[in-house]
Amino acid sequence: MSPNTGSNAAVLEPSPGKSGKWYSLRLEYDSSRTRSPWWTPILSVILALLLCAVFIAANGMSPLVVYEKMFRGAFGTSYGFTETMVKAIPLLLCGLGIAVAYRISVWNIGAEGQLTVGAMAATAVTIYFPDLSSFWSITLMLVFGTAAGALWGLMTAVPRTHFGVNELITSLMLNYVALLALDYVVFGPWKDPKGFNFPGSPMFTAAQSLPVLGSTRLHIGLIFGLVAVLIYYLMIKFTRWGYELRLIGANPTAARYAGIHIKKHIIIVMLISGGLAGIAGMAEVSGVTHKLMQGISPGYGYTAIIVAWLAKLNPLGLIVTSILFGGLIVGGYSVQTIGLPSSISEMLQGAILFFLIAGDMIHRFRIRRSA
Amino acid sequence: MDFTTQLLIAAISAGTPLLLATLGGILTERAGIIQLGAEGLMLMGAVTTCIVYIRSGNLILALLAAVAITALLGMVHSFLTVTLRANQTMSGLAMTLFGSGLSAYLGKSISGIPLPGTSPKLDLGALKSVPVIGDIFGRMDYLTWFSLLLVLVLHLLIHHTSWGLHLRAVGDNPATADVMGIRVQLIRYSYVTAGAALIGLAGADMVLAYAPTWNEGLTAGRGWIAVGLVIFARWNPLRALFCAYFFGALDSLGFRIQLLGSVVPSYFLKMIPYVVTILVLMYLGYRNRNKPSGTPESLGTPYVREQRF
Repeated sequence: MSPNTGSNAAVLEPSPGKSGKWYSLRLEYDSSRTRSPWWTPILSVILALLLCAVFIAANGMSPLVVYEKMFRGAFGTSYGFTETMVKAIPLLLCGLGIAVAYRISVWNIGAEGQLTVGAMAATAVTIYFPDLSSFWSITLMLVFGTAAGALWGLMTAVPRTHFGVNELITSLMLNYVALLALDYVVFGPWKDPKGFNFPGSPMFTAAQSLPVLGSTRLHIGLIFGLVAVLIYYLMIKFTRWGYELRLIGANPTAARYAGIHIKKHIIIVMLISGGLAGIAGMAEVSGVTHKLMQGISPGYGYTAIIVAWLAKLNPLGLIVTSILFGGLIVGGYSVQTIGLPSSISEMLQGAILFFLIAGDMIHRFRIRRSA
Repeated sequence: MDFTTQLLIAAISAGTPLLLATLGGILTERAGIIQLGAEGLMLMGAVTTCIVYIRSGNLILALLAAVAITALLGMVHSFLTVTLRANQTMSGLAMTLFGSGLSAYLGKSISGIPLPGTSPKLDLGALKSVPVIGDIFGRMDYLTWFSLLLVLVLHLLIHHTSWGLHLRAVGDNPATADVMGIRVQLIRYSYVTAGAALIGLAGADMVLAYAPTWNEGLTAGRGWIAVGLVIFARWNPLRALFCAYFFGALDSLGFRIQLLGSVVPSYFLKMIPYVVTILVLMYLGYRNRNKPSGTPESLGTPYVREQRF
């Protein structure tokens, strides 16, 4: 090892002595560079667009035409833009929940299921208490939706804290359970008798629907999301709880020695995480679809993982990335008019995540000339 | 054929893709790299098999293509996690998202088109007429036989050869392995790639033996069940065999109960594998709370030379 290598740096490849003579240049890893530069998210989006362009071109389409179509569909018209905002609401709420859990390295990938049970619980209110006033019906839906999502989160947290089961597997399995439960109610007990045999609950009444902005579909759920982000910011920044979360996130061992009850925190963050996704589900049925049906979420829970990661858990970043990904989903729909599947947007999301995690690490390497 | 024989046949048929994917996961994780991309890799394996098989009509070519594409994705995973030391969880998630998106995109043109054929079955000759044994083994295709052989080979490889010793050393204590002159990075690259290829083959088996045509999201979480099975099997190929067939049985049991005219709605029966996965993992966690779980000791921690002494 050359003398100019710091204690934190290590030779990667090729290792000196083993291979030939071309190692006058080599890569060095510096683990002290933990903050990745601000431009890595932007660069990863660009590289992901380039990579997917190759696949689009390979399938015989012009990537430029496809991307132009997507962008115009999502941001080019006022209708498109409000649709993008409508999609951004569940992404913001779920992404925020995932970000809270991720603060202490709890990998919740069950937002999809938590959102689904939230939507189901909100619908249960409309079915079992059909004649409430607008205020009570919305409030009760909100409470039920949040509670159901939080309960679903708890079912992930308890196996993790008391049985040592990886939360990734539990939360994902519960997604499938929730989706099957959704299928059961929309095909079975909650099916609208006047729905021409179409699987779905009866239409919500005006009292059961969230208020919307003017003649658009943009509903008051946006306020829920923004308020939640504000609370998150204030809690993390100014409360003892937020301080403990930051401490656990920075160094779990030190936090444990400092007497912080990590299991308790895992349960709390999963309750919050699930609860926020539950609110997203409630807002979807009450604000957008106005009834419970299959495919209530086109994968919001999964997209929200990338939203949280891309935002680097930053509150303002969450707002920006959820709008961006809302646009990606709407853009995905708009390419269907030229005969392409909307899964293009899912492919782009995966590619963005690839480049993002690579970018987070690549800047830690530097090229050194060995002596 | 009685109910038990039918269930066994179904368990093997549903269990084979799970077995292949679990074995792939075991190889990857024995080398110390978490593999959460199984769902995406299986989907990519399945869609590649369908596209190449439908376009060319050649089964061998289709299988080779599936293995090649998923091995390539495995290399991407190794590059991110071994060379760049990126977060293994996130890399796996990215693989799953990218794989499900790309497979849906590529598979759009062949969606619903039946494959030209299924995986051929091994001719057992006279053995076929033996009542129960003939029924069970006569229905097993080449991939199933291959998976059984693989269980044996991997068991011997991991526990009884010096290659396996190196693999275990790299997964448990890469720093010591490195000092002993074992090429840690090379071994991690090789096994992650081979593991991904096996998971891709699992996807191929899904379409060849289980579902006759490509549909978006065809694996329905089986990749994730395989991730859980790696833990049940405690990173051991022989246990993987029993775990995979047990889950194969659960998977088909729901369907069979439904055929028998059960009053329980089918949606609840379909939940069984997922719920049982969680319950078994909880039971294992409880039982093994003070015991070693068999987890490769360095699973999830990137190896950085000269930083772990």
